[in-house]
Amino acid sequence: MSSWDRFTDTFFNAKVMLRYLPDILSGVVVTIELALLIVVTGIGAGLALALLRSLAIRPLNWLIIFIVDLFRSLPPLVIIVLIYFGLPSVGLSPSGFVSTWLSLAFVLMAFSEEIFWAGITSVAKGQWEAARSTGLSFGQTLVHVVLPQAFRLTIPPLTNRTIAITKGTALGTVVAVTDLGQASSAMSNSYNPSPLMMGAAAYIVLFFPVVVAGRWVETRFAWKR
Amino acid sequence: MEALIQTFFNPEIIAASWPIVRAGLWNTVLLSLLVVPLGLFGGLILALLASVRNPAVRWPLMAWVDFFRAFPPLVLLVLLFAGLPFAGLELGGFVCVAIAFFLNTGAYYGEILRAGIESVPAGQVEAARSTGLSRLQAMAYVVLPQAVRNVLPDLLSNTLEVVKLTSLGSVVAVPELLYQARQAQSIIYNPTPIVVAAIIYFLMLWPVVRLLSRLENRALAGR
Repeated sequence: MSSWDRFTDTFFNAKVMLRYLPDILSGVVVTIELALLIVVTGIGAGLALALLRSLAIRPLNWLIIFIVDLFRSLPPLVIIVLIYFGLPSVGLSPSGFVSTWLSLAFVLMAFSEEIFWAGITSVAKGQWEAARSTGLSFGQTLVHVVLPQAFRLTIPPLTNRTIAITKGTALGTVVAVTDLGQASSAMSNSYNPSPLMMGAAAYIVLFFPVVVAGRWVETRFAWKR
Repeated sequence: MEALIQTFFNPEIIAASWPIVRAGLWNTVLLSLLVVPLGLFGGLILALLASVRNPAVRWPLMAWVDFFRAFPPLVLLVLLFAGLPFAGLELGGFVCVAIAFFLNTGAYYGEILRAGIESVPAGQVEAARSTGLSRLQAMAYVVLPQAVRNVLPDLLSNTLEVVKLTSLGSVVAVPELLYQARQAQSIIYNPTPIVVAAIIYFLMLWPVVRLLSRLENRALAGR
């Protein structure tokens, strides 16, 4: 056997790959579900917090800033481990899936709140005053005047951040989520790294288009000076 | 409340597990001091290569950067740690972390530095070159200092992410803060050490987050 054959036999073993293909595919589905859940709830909660913050209620704003800072400074894996291994001590036992979802959604919430808030504050004060003086209410001003301008500014950083955080779904393997990362346990079962290579390839197939799309979005919505 | 404190902030357990956790904190600091310069170095190479306006260099480079931005760092780490031994290459967890960070965070730093270099007007290079500086000198003395200043908040923000990412080392048995805390937790069977680790991370990184949030707001207000 030539060394090339030995290499492909080890890392791209067709027999092993075929055997573990169903596992990998179901892992892909779990990863996509997890990622979508995180994006929707994380960004939704972030936007809600940013809107709450725009009401300018002091104690509430301090609380929001603290929560945002907290989830920006804690490593996502630490939050996942804390929820998964810590909460059972008080009688709650979230599954690995729920722990990963909650943790990453909190992190995305914190980052997106910060981005949305920056977008809202970037809209010139005169815009608010002009809109209010035409008789629009606070809510109407926010929805029809401020947010459309703020969103445009937030799209590039939000896209980047969202991609970076959803990639973290792989962290779920540490708390036994049967997502794509389970390829590594398939590897230890089969004593062959082919499932791992397949899992890695699946991540690339999933995220590479997203990264390229993110690049496109970045140039498309770039702030024109 | 009493029960909650006994579970999550148990003073006796904090005292007992402190030596283990402290060793982890020390390793996290050391690991960060290793991987941040390593990532910056990798990023600088990528950014300098990208400043060569040759499509034969530019496109493969962009693919390289996007590849490592799309690849979850944990998967990269596991691939190096668990996959390479099959090729007869047994690297320790520590070396694997170093390589993975060089590749992953290098790609992120590279993108930031590239944007910084592009933000310096071409006239600066032309002026520097016309005074007799070589290309390399113009880059090192004129372009890079301005580039770094222009993207300082982004560099800082990425460095924060890199320090947080060192917690991945726990997956490949590098005895950093999270790993040590989990060891302590599994021996004592109480989540207090993990809570302590989380508090340490927070206290260590909160000032950076505050500073960043200021810098970001100032950058937006300047528009």
